[in-house]
Parts: sequence; C-alpha cells; structure tokens
Amino acid sequence: MEAFLDFADRYNYVITIFLMIAGLYIVVARSNMVKKLVGLSIFQTSVYLLYLEPAKIVGGTAPIIDPAFTVYSNPLPHVLILTAIVVGVGTLALGLALVVRINEAFGTIDDDEIKPQDGG
Amino acid sequence: MELVSSHLPALQIVIPLLGGLLAALLRRGVPAFALTLAVSWIMPVISAVLLDRVLTGGPISYALGGWPPPWGIEYRVDVLNGFVLMLISTIGAVIVPFARRSVALEVGERREAWFYCMYLMCLTGLLGVTITGDAFNAFVFLEVSSLSTYVLIALGRDRRALVAAFRYLIMGTIGATFYVIGVGFLYLLTGSLNMVDMAARLAAAPPEMARAMVAALAFLTVGISLKLALFPLHSWLPGAYAYAPSWATVFLSATATKVAIYLLVRFLFSIFGIALDFRGLPIVEILLALSIAAMFIASIIAVYQNNLKRMLAYSSLAQIGYMMLGIGIGNLAGLTGGLVHLVNHAMMKAALFLALGSLFYRIGTVRLAEIAGIGRKMPLTMGAFVVAGLGIIGTPGTAGFISKWYLAVGALDRGWWILVFLLVVSSLISVLYIGRVIEMAWFRPVAIQVAEAKDPPLSMLLPLLILAAATVYFGIDTRLTAGIAAQVAEFLLGGLR
Amino acid sequence: MMALSPDSLAQIAVLAPFIGALLIPLFHRVPNLREAVTLATAAVLLFTVIQLLPVVMQGLRPGATLIDVVPGLAIAFRVEPLGMLFALIASALWVVNSIYSIGYMRAHDEPRQTSFYTCFAIALGSTMGIAFADNLFTLFLFYEALTLCTFPLVTHKQTAEAMRAGRLYLLLLLGTSMVLLLPAIIATWFIAGTIDFTPGGILAGKASPLAIGILLALYAFGIGKAALMPVHFWLPAAMVAPTPVSALLHAVAVVKAGVFSVVKVVVYVFGLETLTLSGANEWLVYVGSASLLLASLIALTRDNLKARLAFSTISQLAYVVVGAALAGPAGVIGSGLQIATHAAGKITLFFCAGAIYVASNKTEISQMAGLGRKMPITMIAFLVGSLSIIGLPPFGGMWSKWALVLGALDAGYVLVVVVLMVSSLLNVAYLLPIVARAFFLPPPVEHEAHGEHGEHGVHHGQHAGVGARFGLQEAPVACLIALSTTALLCFLLFFQADRIELLLQGMFTVSS
Repeated sequence: MEAFLDFADRYNYVITIFLMIAGLYIVVARSNMVKKLVGLSIFQTSVYLLYLEPAKIVGGTAPIIDPAFTVYSNPLPHVLILTAIVVGVGTLALGLALVVRINEAFGTIDDDEIKPQDGG
Repeated sequence: MELVSSHLPALQIVIPLLGGLLAALLRRGVPAFALTLAVSWIMPVISAVLLDRVLTGGPISYALGGWPPPWGIEYRVDVLNGFVLMLISTIGAVIVPFARRSVALEVGERREAWFYCMYLMCLTGLLGVTITGDAFNAFVFLEVSSLSTYVLIALGRDRRALVAAFRYLIMGTIGATFYVIGVGFLYLLTGSLNMVDMAARLAAAPPEMARAMVAALAFLTVGISLKLALFPLHSWLPGAYAYAPSWATVFLSATATKVAIYLLVRFLFSIFGIALDFRGLPIVEILLALSIAAMFIASIIAVYQNNLKRMLAYSSLAQIGYMMLGIGIGNLAGLTGGLVHLVNHAMMKAALFLALGSLFYRIGTVRLAEIAGIGRKMPLTMGAFVVAGLGIIGTPGTAGFISKWYLAVGALDRGWWILVFLLVVSSLISVLYIGRVIEMAWFRPVAIQVAEAKDPPLSMLLPLLILAAATVYFGIDTRLTAGIAAQVAEFLLGGLR
Repeated sequence: MMALSPDSLAQIAVLAPFIGALLIPLFHRVPNLREAVTLATAAVLLFTVIQLLPVVMQGLRPGATLIDVVPGLAIAFRVEPLGMLFALIASALWVVNSIYSIGYMRAHDEPRQTSFYTCFAIALGSTMGIAFADNLFTLFLFYEALTLCTFPLVTHKQTAEAMRAGRLYLLLLLGTSMVLLLPAIIATWFIAGTIDFTPGGILAGKASPLAIGILLALYAFGIGKAALMPVHFWLPAAMVAPTPVSALLHAVAVVKAGVFSVVKVVVYVFGLETLTLSGANEWLVYVGSASLLLASLIALTRDNLKARLAFSTISQLAYVVVGAALAGPAGVIGSGLQIATHAAGKITLFFCAGAIYVASNKTEISQMAGLGRKMPITMIAFLVGSLSIIGLPPFGGMWSKWALVLGALDAGYVLVVVVLMVSSLLNVAYLLPIVARAFFLPPPVEHEAHGEHGEHGVHHGQHAGVGARFGLQEAPVACLIALSTTALLCFLLFFQADRIELLLQGMFTVSS
C-alpha cells in the first residue's frame, strides 16, 4: 500500500520516464526516418517535462510579486524549456528538411533501403 | 577602446554570430568569404588577449547583459577554456584561406554564402560552449554548433552526405538531450546553473544526494561522449567526416570534438571534482577501457579503409582515445598529455585533411587506389602529409611525440607499465595506415589519372604548410603547447584539493 | 670569429650546414654560385670543427642546451672526443666530396642538382647533430633526420629500381629505429631516469644483466645505420644513389653515424665496466664477428664494383661494432680509429668507382681489365685505398686493425684476433684483384670501338679529347683532385694515428 502511495505521489515522473524510453526506442527501432524524428521529439519532450515538473509548486502562482501570494513557482525552468523547445523545433525542422532531400536523392526515406544502395 | 576591451568575452561570440547572419544576407560567395576571413582572423586576436589576461591576472568573469552571476549568464574565462578558445580560433584562422577555392569547387557557387554562414554559426557555437560559465547556456551553444554542423555536412557533394548528416543529427540530438537531462539533475540538486556555483554547492552536498549526482554524471558523460565520438558511441563520425565538404571536415575534425572533450573535462574536474571519487562509479576505469579500445579498434579499422577521408576519420577516433586516456590517467602528466594532444591533434589532423582537400581539388578523388605516384606530382602537399602523418604516429621531433611522452610519463607515475606498452603498440598500428598512403603516394609509378596533377594554389598550400611546420615546431618548442597545457592540468587538479 | 666561445662554436657547427641548405636553393639558377655556397658552407664547417679540436684535446667538453622540449628531454650538444673525431672526419671529407660532386654531377649532367646539394647539406647538418648530441633524444632526432634527408639522395635517379631501393632504405632504417631504438631509449629513460650521455654510463647498478643484454640488442639492431647483419640489406640497395652520395653518405656519414652511435651508446650509456661485468656484450662480439666474415665472403662474389664495396663496408663496420662490443678502452679506441681510417679508405674507393663510371661508364669489375693504363691516377688511388682497408703499412688502416687486435687480446677474445686475421686475407682477396686486373690484364679489344666511346664522350666533352691524345681517359679534374686528396689522407693517417689515439683517450681519462 505504501509502495502504491509512493508511486501515486510520483506518477508524473513515471510518465516522463515512459516517454523518454518510448522516444529512444522509436529512434532505435524504426528505420523510417520521419518516425525516427517523431521518436526524437517524444524523447526531447520528456525532458521538457523533467524540468517543468519540479518547478511547479502546488498552490504556487506565477512569480509576480503581490502581497496576496506567498508561494511562487520557479520561473527559471520554464524559461529554460522555452529555449529548449526552440532548439527542439529547429532540430526537427532541419531533420525533416534533410529527409526531404534524402527522399529526392535516394527515392526512399527508409534507412534500411538506403544502406544497400551506397554501402552505408 | 576601454569599451571594446572590457567586452571582449562577449565580442568573442557576438562577432562570429553577426558575421554569420551578415554572410547569409550577402548571398554571394566572394563577399561572404571576405567577411568570413575577416571574422576568422579577428577571433584569435581576441582569444590571445583573453588568454594573456588569464595567464597573468587569473580568471575573467563577464556578466552577460549586466546580470551578475549566479543569476545571470556568466562568461568565464580561465586557463582551461582560454586555452581551448585559443586553439579553436587559431585553427580557424589558419585554415580559412583554404576554404575559398575548395568550397567554391565542392559546395557550388550558389550555396557558398550559406556555407560560410553555417561555418560562422558553428564557430559561434563552439566558442560559446567554451566560453560560457553556465551549464544550460552551454547546451544552447552546443546545439547552435551542432545544427550548423549538420548543415555543413549535408552540403557535401555526395548524396551520402545527406544520410551522414541525418545520422549525426539523430545521434547528436540524443547526446545533447542526455546532456540536458544531466544538467537538469544538477539543477535539481543545486538550484544553480552557474558552473562555479554548482561546483561549490556539489562539494558541500549532503551524502544522500550521492545517487542523484551519480545519475547526473552518467547522463552527462554519455551525452558528451556521443558528441565527442568516444568509442563505441562514434558511429556518426566516419560517415560525417568522409562525406562533408573537405574544408568542413578539416574544421570539424580540428575543433568540434575538442570542444566536447573540453566540456567533459570541465564537468569531471571543475564541477564534480575527481576528488569526489565519483561516488563509487568506476568512471575512470570505464574511460580508460574505452580509450584503449578506441586506440586499437579504430586504428585497426583505419588500416582497412580505402577512402582516405574515412581512414583519417577512424584515425581521429583513435586519437580521441589518446585524449580520453589522458583524462582517465588523471594525474598531472597524464592530463597534460591529454590536453596537449587536443592542440597537437588539431593541427596534425587539420594538416592531413587539408592535404586530402588539396588532392580532391586537383584530382577529384581521395581513394587510396587512385593516388598512385601523386607524391611526385604534388610534392609539397604530400610532403606535408608525410610530416603530419609522422606526427600522428608520434615520431620524436613532431608534436605527436610530445603528447604520447606525457601520456607515457603519466601512466608510469601511476605504475601502469602495461599502458606504456599499449601506447607504443597502438602507435605502430598508426604506422600501418599512414605508411599505406606514403607507400602509394611516393613509391608507386605515377598513375595516368594523376599525371596532370600539381600542387594546389598558394592560398590552399600555405595553410597546409603552416600546419605541417607547426607539427615540427611544436615537437621541439613546447612552451606554448605543453607549457600551457601543464598549467591547465595543474589548475584542474589544484581545484580538487 | 676568434671571440666565439667553444660553446657557441659547437652550435655553429651544427647549424652551419642547415643555413647552407637554406641558401643553396636561392641560387638555383646560378650553378656556379650554388656550388660556391656548398663549398663555402663546407669550409666554414671544417674551420669551425677544427677550432674545437684543441679545446677538446685540452679536456674541455664545450656544449650547450638548445631547448628543453619537455622536462627531462632536451636538445643539447656536447663535444666529446669520439664525436669530435667523427665531426672532424665528416666535415673534412665533405669539403673533398663537394669538389668531387661538382665534377661528377656536371660530367654526368645529372638532373635536380639543386635539391641534391640541399639535401646533402642537410645530411651533413644532421651528421653534426649526431656527432655532438649530448643525449639519446637529440641523437635520435638527428638520426631520423639523416634518414629522411638522404632518402631523396638515394632515389635521385627516380627510376623504378631507385624507388624500390629507396623504399627498402626508408623501411629498414625508419623501421628499426622506431621499433627497436625508440623503445630502447624509452626503456633507458625509465631505468636510468636520464638519457644524457655520461662518462662511465648511466645504467651502472640499475639494470639486471638480462635487461642490459636485451637493451644492447635493441640498440645494436635498432641502430640500423650500423648495418650489422641481418639489418644490412639497405646498404647494398642504397648503392643506386649517385656515387658522391654512396661515397660520403654510405661510406662515411650515414654508416659511421650508425657505428658511432653504437660506440657512443656502449661507452656513455652502458658504460664499459657495467657491460663487462654483466657479460651481456659477449653475444654482440660473436654476432659482430659473424657479420664481419659473412659480409667479406659475400663481397667476394659481387661483380658490381659498388656492390662489392658496399659489402666491404658492412664488413668494415662490423669491425667497429666488435671493437665496441669488446667493452674495453683499447677496443673502443680501435673502433674510433677504424671509423677514421675506414672513412678515408672507403671514400677513396668510392671516388674511384665513380670516376671509372664517369670516365668509361663501367660498373662491373669484369669489365675493368686494363683500365689502369687509361686511368692510372684513379687506379693508383684505388690501390692506396685498398691497402689501407686491408690494413697494410704505410697507411692508416693498419693502426685501427692493430688497435682492435690489441683490444681483443686485452678482453681475452682470441677468437676475434683470428677473425680479424682471416678477414684481412678476405679483404686482400676481394680488393686487390680489381687493381691487378686493371693493371696487368690487357684491355678487351672491342672496348676501343668508337661507338661506345662517342656515347659518353658527350658527357665529358673536351676533357676526353685532351686525354685521348695520351691514351688516357681520366675522370674530370675535380674528381681526380678529390680522390687523390683522400688517398693522400690514407697515407697521412698512418702518421697521425697516435694523435687520434690521444684524443680518444680523453673519453676515459677525463670525467666531467
């Protein structure tokens, strides 16, 4: 029972880790390059959660100083993750652009089909 | 003047950043190159001034935007990153004249400006990772450099360049994300992202935080190891180096992995402090084992390569092994050896890749079978290749020997005789792959396809010859390389006590 | 010039040839000036080295540390008696050889003469570096430099055969030095904590006899330039080089750099006493003796003159190695004398071989019947050189053989004495028939045919015309001057041997 409560208390981390592993698994297991990028994005998203969860304090509010509030959430992780999201979007865009070019050059976006064409 | 002087750390980043944007706006190859040249030549001047100040007056702290650390982002230059800044900017400045003709040929007139834009962005990112004192900021710069690197590689003529870039993108992003996870753990533990602040708080951390620290360390090490292509996380590197435009390969091989190594050294020594003994994690043993595996396996694979760029890429993996070996040995001489090899390898490998770039410029191929007798047609190019190759082997009188000497002394100080033996044996393997090229280039009759070849124009030849000469010079006068590296090593180890 | 201290003289001696090498390419288009630079450099070098001689004779050891590469490793020079002797021989013979080269290269109308002279100067600079090296590291650097800069000289002809030979040359010399010599130096550093050459050796009491034996083997075979069998293959192969190269480098500078290094390592790294006490030198005495006899025997079977001389060189180098391996002062002095007298003798023989090639395009001994009548000066010089190599009075070679015999008796190796005797007989057998054939056999008739004469008449133009009137067909005057000078030197060395001995004694009497 205690173990369950412990688990229930931290269920958000479990979700984070699930996303992390799922994302990595997709990157490794799928040979379709678009799916690889999807996996990569899921993986990155899990990290956003990793940063944001501890920053949010239950009952806390946005860090605008006001006599009515005493508990604030930490704003810094939000800012950091904003940056990370930008980087992630940039990576995804570049990755997709590369996939488009690869499709033009090889006629496929499947890694397993490209390998035999050029010997890796 | 005062204004410029006090903002030098920011200028180190801002100038290439603006230069990159401007290069993209210029749209045409020649003006973009002129701009790149100007920016690349300003960089070492700034680095030299910074390094000089650090050597005489201790670390420089620069609060970006006027927000004082640890709240704002701090740019902090100490001997370690002053040394690395100097390395990157100098290599960039020396090799940049080579780019003009090589890039025009390999990337094409239309895309030249974009190439230079990406190069300057990459330079910005690498210098940024090095100069920043903020762990998360380092991630951002790491991605700036990585994203531009993917583009640089994808600009290669061969269609396989696209695939290589894509694979690197996947691996690089995983590495960077691991790094962010590691930094996230450290932030949770310390509540700070400032490296100096973090180090202080970690040192005072209560024992119950040890597990989280180990997790952070593991994520950081794996993430950075992906970026620096430590065996067996290297799979992206050979393809990327082989198919990128020649000049991009030169730049990347000389700088990108070095910055990643810097970052690892920064975390291991300055932030965690090796004195913490890594909380029971056998990280030293793991690093040593992987470095030795890299030294041998990558060297042996290099012997069987027919594409010379690919061969040198595997050689780079082996050489990264030497640098990591120095970190693994972890005493004064060993660390000095690892650090000085950053510089020595950068210039030797840059010279080798420049020679290949010259070959490609003249005969359009870098396949071993097609360069028979090229030495007699391009004597200066291949002469420089031989000199730099001797350096990679570690011949006394070249810079490569100095690195290996320090590594050997470091290993012996620890009483690890076997490591010295392994160093010598691995050097002998490098004799094989360098020797294969020398044999083909100098001792075979001149093949028809190279009969018309001659040494490249001066703008390409000069950087090559400068680097080859430096390989010999820094094998004899080591005050600037090993001298500073020893100071850095002392600083790193001193910080632990 | 007089104001220069001996310390700076030692540095000038090493640097002068390198400066010459920088200047020579500048005069690429003016051959006369270019050769003048070579001669001037050689003269400056000789002058500098001679200045050092009295200083060293007085027991001083001038030197300087050029730069500390890493702590414990320095590029440093120090002039000690053996190095002094070696430097003196090399620099003196460079002057003579330069004169000869000018005659030979021009008569032969060789291509790439500028790079030839440049590499030659670098080679001499490296030789000086080896001679004056104060530690194994410096020695090794210049040793490798010497290999690299002589490679273009060996492959000068750039034919397929030359390239093959060059490959073997590089592979064997670089290979042995990297695989054997370098580990030996590193091992020495770790055992002794230093690699400085120190009178009395640095290994005393620090290594077991077995370790000393292994180290000695690493050095003896790692120094491939000493051409100790079985690492001698490079030397006959290197004979594809133009004769001046064979003469100065492969009879004097390169091979002597090899045996010089062996002697130096024996005296200043192992120390004679340490070596004798360990008994680790014994095998080297026998291996050296075997090399000595075998090479002589092979020389007998070679019809190509340069190949025969090459094997003769291998045999004569083994004398030096054996002398060092005896590990006694007398043996070492014998080695030093042998380095000097063999240099003078062998360079004369090579000069003659080159002169014969230039004047009559002959390379095989069987073609040389009756040649003495056409080229009397050359063949007389050849006789002088041969007698000196054999060890007959009144030529220098006698004293080195004498000293080696004494050394062998001193160390109790009677077998070595026998080997030396037998070898001298073999020397007679492979050298004198050449002279006899040239003087006493009639020249073959078809040789007078005009077709062949005209063929190389082009090369030595006006000279052949003048000579032909007297039935002579000598090499260019520059070549004759050079080979007569060295023949004379063989004779002079007979009277100077005691002074050389006095100089070499300094290795043992003065401790600095």
